[in-house]
Amino acid sequence: MLSLNNVSVAYQKRDVVQDVTFELGVGQIGCLLGPSGCGKTSLLRAVAGFEKIAKGQIYLRKKLVSASHNHLQPEKRRVAVVFQDYALFPHLTVAQNIAFGLHQQSSAQRLQRVTELLLLVGLPGYESRYPHALSGGQQQRVALARAMAAKPDLLLLDEPFSSLDAELRDELAKELRAILKHEKTTALMVTHDQHEAFAMADVIGVMNKGRLLQWTDAYTLYHRPANRFVATFVGDGVFLSATVDNNIKLNSALGVFPIKTTSGFKQGDKVVFLVRPDDIIHDDESETLAKVVDRSFQGSHILYQLELQHVDQPRVLCLALSHHDHPLGDLIGIRLDLEHMIVFADNGDLV
Amino acid sequence: MTLRNGCFSWFNPWFIGIALGCFILAAPVGLVFVSVFFPQTEIWQHLYSTVLSDYIVNSIVLAFGVGVLVIVIGTVLAWCIARYEFTGRKQLQWLILLPMAMPAYIIAYTYTGLLDFAGPIQTLLRETFHWQYGDYYFPNIRSLPGAIMMLSLVLYPYVYMLARTAFSEQPSSLEEVSRSLGVSSSKHLFKVVLPLARPAILMGAALAMMEAFADYGTVQYFGVSTFTTGIFRTWFGLGNGIAAAQLAAMLTSFVVLLLILEYLSRRKIRYYFQGQRAQHVNRQKLTGSKAFWVPFVCMVPVIFGFILPVLQLLNWASITYSKQLTSEFWWLLWNSLYLAAIAAFTAVILALLFAYGKRLNHTKPIQFMTAVVTLGYAVPGTVIAIGAVIALSWLDIKINTLTENWLDLSVGLVFSGSLFALILVYSSRFLAVAMHNIDTGLARIKPSMDDAARSLGHKPLQILRNVHVPLMKTSVLSALLLVFVDVLKELPATLILRPFNFNTLAVRTFELASDERLMDAALPALAIVSVGILPVILLTMLMDKPSRHNLQLN
Repeated sequence: MLSLNNVSVAYQKRDVVQDVTFELGVGQIGCLLGPSGCGKTSLLRAVAGFEKIAKGQIYLRKKLVSASHNHLQPEKRRVAVVFQDYALFPHLTVAQNIAFGLHQQSSAQRLQRVTELLLLVGLPGYESRYPHALSGGQQQRVALARAMAAKPDLLLLDEPFSSLDAELRDELAKELRAILKHEKTTALMVTHDQHEAFAMADVIGVMNKGRLLQWTDAYTLYHRPANRFVATFVGDGVFLSATVDNNIKLNSALGVFPIKTTSGFKQGDKVVFLVRPDDIIHDDESETLAKVVDRSFQGSHILYQLELQHVDQPRVLCLALSHHDHPLGDLIGIRLDLEHMIVFADNGDLV
Repeated sequence: MTLRNGCFSWFNPWFIGIALGCFILAAPVGLVFVSVFFPQTEIWQHLYSTVLSDYIVNSIVLAFGVGVLVIVIGTVLAWCIARYEFTGRKQLQWLILLPMAMPAYIIAYTYTGLLDFAGPIQTLLRETFHWQYGDYYFPNIRSLPGAIMMLSLVLYPYVYMLARTAFSEQPSSLEEVSRSLGVSSSKHLFKVVLPLARPAILMGAALAMMEAFADYGTVQYFGVSTFTTGIFRTWFGLGNGIAAAQLAAMLTSFVVLLLILEYLSRRKIRYYFQGQRAQHVNRQKLTGSKAFWVPFVCMVPVIFGFILPVLQLLNWASITYSKQLTSEFWWLLWNSLYLAAIAAFTAVILALLFAYGKRLNHTKPIQFMTAVVTLGYAVPGTVIAIGAVIALSWLDIKINTLTENWLDLSVGLVFSGSLFALILVYSSRFLAVAMHNIDTGLARIKPSMDDAARSLGHKPLQILRNVHVPLMKTSVLSALLLVFVDVLKELPATLILRPFNFNTLAVRTFELASDERLMDAALPALAIVSVGILPVILLTMLMDKPSRHNLQLN
């Protein structure tokens, strides 16, 4: 449905998006995830046609819509956008807002589609209300209905949950996903919040400094990050440094571990490996001791920050059941339970 | 600082001060309406059979003609400036505001001189085409359409300023929504942009129409009979003050009707853009022929509303300045300046009283009274002046009777015959201008700042000095400046109320022009216009950096 090939976007000759390539299939929900300023919104606007691209090509339904000297106007793309601030027309009613893009249809058809969409987004009977009389979540659903009314080929969502209360977000993300799947809409959203991305998307692309670092599903992102940035940005965790010994094993503060021989590391290499909070198991029997330096109570669990009793005193995170209640300064036993090692060369570079 | 204990908590020094101020400021207009209960049958029969229909029809045609014309000029200009990027845009932004500096009566008499039979335009036409008197038709500027044109040329900035803000406040995402939904740009203009800006445009038009209703100088000079000229004629010609006050009451009712209409059209505006961030609007860069004619179109009102009349005035002044620049001129200037300064300080002090009173005691009666006094801007100066004369002469008569009976001495017309009357009328009419600025300044000081300062150990007076004064400084200064200039330009009330032998620039300009001494009037007129430019500069500065204020607000 949507395919990007080496797309670059530049503002005043400064590249904000560089060489992005990905594909989104029919009915899939994609998500661009990254910190603010990483270029994800610029990329979204380029897909919508609001920005021209400097290099590469964007195809919609296998038709070229953007290239460096070829730009299809946004109104001709059949791409609908749900804006971060929803951009509802304040002087039009909910029904008039939703019907705004249905200009080529008869009024009976319009009425039918509006009723259908209001039912779908869970706002039947709200036809004649004005946007100011709606809550944030309701405004978002009206914006969604307006964007989907004309059955666009692609739906773009710019930070769809950022203006909402945290408690509402999870619930609405699930609802939104259900609605999109029901209408079999192909959608691409942009967010800086990994939980939203996990809740909504089939495919997630992590972006940083204008580059797309990895384009895959949530499980792979978490468990097989392509580089150190993805590994730190998605999920919690710390990197511990280690050296590769003569048996091609990792020598670290937490002990010695085997790595795959196909990893390409050789003896003497300095490396780092990822330790997630759930990889460290609190075990009173264990001989490996670590000092509690910080703790945050999370209900069923306590997240401990532990200082390893090792030369350079590296710190790790440990998620323990909350009845294992240890005060600051305590030495507690831990053991490492790694299902697979995520190892990168230690070149100090995060990207 | 708010007293909330007891059922008379609203009764405190603030309340008394505000009630007193409100009574004094509103009394003149109140009296005008009281006059309705003293029927003047004979004179009304006379008015009804002769001039009343002229007054009504001309006033309404004038106001609505001005309304339509300022909407057209102001909206087109606002659209070009808000949405297009072209060479000269930055300069045009403030050039467009310059006609505000030009009082309508001055532009009216300047154009009369320009377009007269002996004026430069007709002379040029005759010489070029070898015409004689009677060979050609030339429209008479001294007519109702002429008055509509003159007033519109100087009043369109009201619509321009409000519409421009409305256009640039519309988030660019609205336009992007329309584009992504495949909606044409003309449909977007008529379905989204204009409906959203409508309340602002109508508000600007309503302000311009109120000025048109209130205008005296232009219509009197052009010989067009309206309510304001009628009020003067009934009072000074027919010698009937009560009938004049009744006419004034009728005129005020028209303005009140306009206010209500405007309010109804605006009711929804406060809901608009709730919770939506104002965004930076990307202005469309103009190329090709558009890049030429857009700045050209924007220049037209500036040329006719400011540059041309100022050039004519300069030309006249250069001929007459040697005999005009006498001690009499300096006296006029001094009179005008100190009168305007006193009035500005009085209005600003009253505005501070009302604004702080409202903030500290947000009770229903105080809210109501502040709302009443700020309506003064809508009441024509003539009306307030008539009311003030009636009220103050009654007071003077009572005082004199009292002093004559008790002390056997006559104190004279202490109120109605002194500058007090003028200051009262100016404060009543221009308080809203001052209030608007003070309120804006005060809104920037959130009540939580007071609380924060107090919790950090500051006493109320220290808070006033360390928090309020620095934050309010610019608001107070701009309030002073705006009232000052408005008073300097004011004509009808000054004509009615000035003490014997006391003259101002505005009155002298009008007298000279009325005596057909157009050239001699140029120098005082130029003095008024040059002072009038000051608020234009101030407005430009404020419009240029609204972002800083927004930052403080958020």
